[in-house]
Amino acid sequence: MSQMTLPVKRSWGETQRRDAWWKTPVFVFLMLSAFLVYANIRVFEGDNYYSGHSTAEANRATNYLTPFYSPLMFEVESRAATPSGHAWLSSGRPGWLPAWLSPAALILIFPAGFRFTCYYYRGAYYKAFWQDPPSCAVGEPRNEYRGEHRWPLLIQNIHRYFMYCAVVFLFILALDAWHGLHFRKPDGSWRWGIGVGSIVLLLNVVFLSGYTLGCHSFRHLVGGHRNAMSEQAFKHKLWKCSTCLNEKHMAWAWTSLIWVAFSDVYVRLCATGTWTDFHIVF
Amino acid sequence: MNSIQLRIWRGDDSSGQYHDYKTEVDDGMVVLDAVHKVQAEQAPDLAVRWNCKAGKCGSCSAEVNGMPRLMCMTRLNTLPTDAPITIEPIRAFPRVRDLVTDVSWNFRKKLTIKPFTPRKPDFPDGEFKMQQEDIERVQEHRKCIECFLCQNVCHVLRDHHKHDEFIGPRLLVYSAALELHPADTADRLKSLKDEHGAGYCNITKCCTVVCPEHIKITDNAIIPLKERIVDEYYDPLKVVLRVLGVRR
Ligand code: SF4
Ligand code: SF4
Ligand code: FES
Ligand code: FES
Repeated sequence: MSQMTLPVKRSWGETQRRDAWWKTPVFVFLMLSAFLVYANIRVFEGDNYYSGHSTAEANRATNYLTPFYSPLMFEVESRAATPSGHAWLSSGRPGWLPAWLSPAALILIFPAGFRFTCYYYRGAYYKAFWQDPPSCAVGEPRNEYRGEHRWPLLIQNIHRYFMYCAVVFLFILALDAWHGLHFRKPDGSWRWGIGVGSIVLLLNVVFLSGYTLGCHSFRHLVGGHRNAMSEQAFKHKLWKCSTCLNEKHMAWAWTSLIWVAFSDVYVRLCATGTWTDFHIVF
Repeated sequence: MNSIQLRIWRGDDSSGQYHDYKTEVDDGMVVLDAVHKVQAEQAPDLAVRWNCKAGKCGSCSAEVNGMPRLMCMTRLNTLPTDAPITIEPIRAFPRVRDLVTDVSWNFRKKLTIKPFTPRKPDFPDGEFKMQQEDIERVQEHRKCIECFLCQNVCHVLRDHHKHDEFIGPRLLVYSAALELHPADTADRLKSLKDEHGAGYCNITKCCTVVCPEHIKITDNAIIPLKERIVDEYYDPLKVVLRVLGVRR
């Protein structure tokens, strides 16, 4: 290499491209930043996670738990008198946990880690946030480069462990969606029903499944690790299904991200009583 | 006949500059046709490499309006004509003259990859029995025409000049074609991780974007290799199981 004379490197942002190459990275930057800001606000809000807590009478029959607080490890103190019924620890906040930490802070590290180490998002934020490169065939700001070949980004190889957690979360969120199909009668009993919130939570599971089951690590582990896949018909089928989702992994990534935020907004609006959920109880 | 302006880079590995040419073109012409027209009518010493004019030999790689393209497969009517069309040689390899570059590094590097090492043939005449569905994955990799547009656009080579430590997307595709082959027995993972630098790829997918054969380089070659490297070297559970002898 040392004996090769290469053209002079282009400077940051320099390119002969004439199309709007900056559009996608700007979109990614804005969308991910907006999501991060919103998610942080919600995590530290520490309330308005359950629609049944609503001040609006109609919403008190609903049973929607926001995905940002699911699984709900404990009920926050201000809701101890009217528990949502979703808390895993009936004893409330564990004594060792500082009071400012919300139940969401305990669990969001898993979906956050899953997305942070996702192959699609990695490529997207290396471009949008780190300019490595700003876009294809556009000059970079730095000369030094380690990529994922050395620390610290070597840690991205942990992705499959977050994927295992994400699969467990799918079951938990599916259970929440199932609970979202139950409505509380004034006498405290539960009835089947369906509301806008139920559909929102069901779609959330669908989109997150499309994203998670098309994950590159999932695709590798269910069959891609083999060369002669036809020898194991079931694995081969799984690999094909995962491949089918994987081909649209970027679309699943964005749809599920936007929808999970929307689900949270929806449940929060119901919980605060700003919005009245429409539902039919059978 | 329309009149267009071409801005062609001319020079060698020490210096060069853009030259403007005006020429008449017909409907349906490609960038390579226009370059040939300039060569025939105005600049007989203009160096340009080509062979098939059918997008199959991989010789006519260049950068057209800043994007790595095959000149013979880029129709002029897909390009904006309000400004000159810029044509320059690819940037990840040494320039020889005008649009011609020396891509021999790729062939030298290819020799450092363990070649196909088949298992014992299934039949006395040396034939193998394989299922079509097992071979489909590597057939995608084998569509490569070695145009090296992916090598050119990959920022690890183009901007960071890591030619000593990274083999680039084309050679990762080649490695995947061997490594994922059902009849191959060699293990290339250690060399892929170390001297071939698979970890340098930060999956930004520019290689996939420019590949004229539409090979999903990142998703179907590089990431499967990265995952196999994780299996072997980074997955803590698998490493422990291997140390304990539970797993091979
Ligand atoms: S995806 Fe990897 S190999 Fe392809 S251009 Fe980007 S860094 Fe290079
Ligand atoms: S992988 Fe695609 S872009 Fe790269 S050399 Fe082969 S055909 Fe060209
Ligand atoms: S690769 Fe995107 S979730 Fe695993
Ligand atoms: S001349 Fe053969 S690919 Fe363009």
